[in-house]
Amino acid sequence: MSVSFRSRAGRPARTARPGAGETEAGLAEPSGGDGGPVISLRGASVRVGGRLLWSGVDLDIGGGEFTAVLGPNGVGKSTLLKVLLGTVAPAAGEVRVLGRAPGRAGDRVGYLPQRRSFDPALRLRGSDVVRLGWDGDRWGVPLPGTAGGRAARRRIAEVIDLVGAGAYADRPIGQCSGGEQQRLLIAQALVRRPRLLLLDEPLDSLDLPNQAAVAALVGRICREEGVTVVMVAHDVNPILSRLDRVVYLAEGGAVAGSPAEVVTTETLTRLYRTPVEVLRTSDGRLVVVGQPEAPARHTDRHADRHTDTDRHHDIERRTDVDRHVDPGTGHRPDTDRNADTDQYPDPRGELS
Amino acid sequence: MTAPPAITVLAGHSWTAALQHPFFQHALLAGTAVAAAAGLTGWFLVLRAQVFTGDALSHVAFTGALAALAMGVDPRIGLYAATIAVALLLGALGRRGRADDVAIGSVFSWFLGLGAFFLTLYTTSRSAGNGGAGVSVLFGSIFGLSASQTLTAALVGLGICAAVVAVARPLLFASVDEAVAAARGVPVRLLGFAFLAIAGACAAEATQAVGALLVLGLLAAPAGAAQRLTTRPYSGLALSAGLAVAEMWTGLGLSYAIPRMPPSFAVLATATAVYAATYLPAVRRVRPAYRGA
Repeated sequence: MSVSFRSRAGRPARTARPGAGETEAGLAEPSGGDGGPVISLRGASVRVGGRLLWSGVDLDIGGGEFTAVLGPNGVGKSTLLKVLLGTVAPAAGEVRVLGRAPGRAGDRVGYLPQRRSFDPALRLRGSDVVRLGWDGDRWGVPLPGTAGGRAARRRIAEVIDLVGAGAYADRPIGQCSGGEQQRLLIAQALVRRPRLLLLDEPLDSLDLPNQAAVAALVGRICREEGVTVVMVAHDVNPILSRLDRVVYLAEGGAVAGSPAEVVTTETLTRLYRTPVEVLRTSDGRLVVVGQPEAPARHTDRHADRHTDTDRHHDIERRTDVDRHVDPGTGHRPDTDRNADTDQYPDPRGELS
Repeated sequence: MTAPPAITVLAGHSWTAALQHPFFQHALLAGTAVAAAAGLTGWFLVLRAQVFTGDALSHVAFTGALAALAMGVDPRIGLYAATIAVALLLGALGRRGRADDVAIGSVFSWFLGLGAFFLTLYTTSRSAGNGGAGVSVLFGSIFGLSASQTLTAALVGLGICAAVVAVARPLLFASVDEAVAAARGVPVRLLGFAFLAIAGACAAEATQAVGALLVLGLLAAPAGAAQRLTTRPYSGLALSAGLAVAEMWTGLGLSYAIPRMPPSFAVLATATAVYAATYLPAVRRVRPAYRGA
C-alpha cells in the first residue's frame, strides 16, 4: 500500500503508485463535472494487509449524484472511500476521481471519516474544527487581522449556517451531541466547496430523528449545491428515498445500479446470503427489512467466492422461492407488512 | 512597625539590585525561554493526552544527564540526546507516531533504574566527588547557570518555540482530527514524531531550570490552566506560554526574596496555584458561557 501525502492542498508530493491510473495521466483531464463521470473505476481491485477485499469493480458515478455504498461488515466499503481519497492505492485497475488520479483532486474532495464522537473533555469550539477543514493543512498559525482570515471567517460562518449549526458552533465540540458533531463535521468537509463529498457512515450512532435530519441535510447539499455525494451506509432506509445510485459491495465484487434495480429482495438476499426483504409502503417508499449484521469474514473472499454457475443457480433458486415477487420491480405487492415487522417507522415522511 | 525581611524585599525596594546580579539575569533569561517552550509544548501534550509522555521523558532526562556525567561529558549533551532519542523510540513503539502507555510504562521505569546506576557510577568513580550532581539534575539549578549555559538555554528555548509555532496548525489538525488531516495531506505520522522530538528537547531544556522531577509540572500546569480558561486553540497556546513565563518570573522572584525557597519549588508552587485557581468559580466565570449539550 502506498500512501500519498500532499505538502499542501492541491500540490501533491506523491510516492510512486504501482499500477492504476498512470497510463492515461496525460490525457484530457475533465473537471469531472461537465458530463464526464466524477468517479470512474475500471477493473479496480484493492488489497489490504495482503487480503484481496474486492476486485474487478467497474463503477461510474456522475456529477451531482447521491450514491450509497452498502454491504456487509468488513467487505471494504470504507476502503473504497480511501481508494477514492488516494490514501489506499488500488492493487489493480484504473481509478479516476474528478478526472484525475485519486488524491490529486485536492480540496475539491470533502471527506467525513467513520468515527466515534470527540472526547467530551476536548475544549475546542466546533467552529475551530470547521476552520481546520479550511486551512488546517497549512504550516504556522493563522495571523489575526489579515484578509485571508476574514475570508476564512466569512466562509466558516456561511457553511455553519448551511448545515444549521449556528446555535452550538461556539460550544466546545466535546459537549455537542452526536448529531450536532456530525453536522459540524459535514460543515468541515464542505468548507472548501468540494465537488465530491465522501461520507463514511455519517448516520452511525445517531438516533432516529438525527439520522433523518442528517440524511435530509446531505440530500439537500447534493441537490442544491450540486455536490456529488458518496455515502457508506450501514442501514439504507434513512437515505433510500434520496438515492440516485446504490453500490453493493459483497462477495469480493460490486453490484451497482439505481435503487429500483439493486434494492430488491433477491439481489439483497443473494449479496447478504441471508433472507432480506424489500417492501414497498403504502406511500411508495422502499423499506429494507431483516437486513442482517452479516459477520465479517476474515478469509480471502475469493477462496469461498461463488463460481458464476453457482451464482446463477443461486439466483434461480431464490427467484423460485420468491415467485410471488413482481419480476419487474422486485417488490412485493403487499404494502402493509411493514407495520408487522419490527422495523421502526421511517421518520422521513415528517422531515422531507 | 517591623515587617519581616522577606516581605520588605517583596515590597520591591531591591528589585533593581536583583536584576543587577548576573546569576539572576541568567536565571530570568533562561527561565523565560524555558517557560515559553514548556508552555507551548505542554499545550499540545495536554491536547494530545500525552502528558504521561512528558513525565517519562523527564525520567529519561535524569538518566541522560547522569550518563553523560558518568562518562565525563557535558551533561546537557546526554540530556538532549537521551530525551530526543527516547521520544522517537516511544513514538516508534506506539501507534501512528504517538507513544502509548504500555510502551512508556515498559521503558521509563527501566530508564529510571539506569539513571540510579549512572548516579552510583558517577559518585563512586569520579574523584571530583560531586555528590550534589544527582540533586542538581533532579531539582534543577537555574540560579547556577553560567553566561554560556544561559545563552544556550535561551537559544534552544527559542528554537523549540519556533518549531512548535511552525507546526502548530497541522499538528492541531492531526491531533483532533487525524483521519481528515491525513486525507487532506497532513503528514500525520511525521508530525507525531516531530512533536515527540520537540517534547524531548523541551523536557531536557526544562530539566535545567526546574529539574527532572518537576518538569512535568511546568509542562502540564500552565497548559492545563490555559485549556480550562479558553476554548480558542491559538489563544490557548499563547495563554499557556504566557502563564508559564509569568509563573517562572513569579517563582524566581519569590525564590530570590525568600532565599530558603528553592527556585524550582517556587516556580512550580506558583504554577500549581494558578492551575488550582482555574477551578475557582470567579475564574471560571471568565470562560465563554455555554450551556451543556
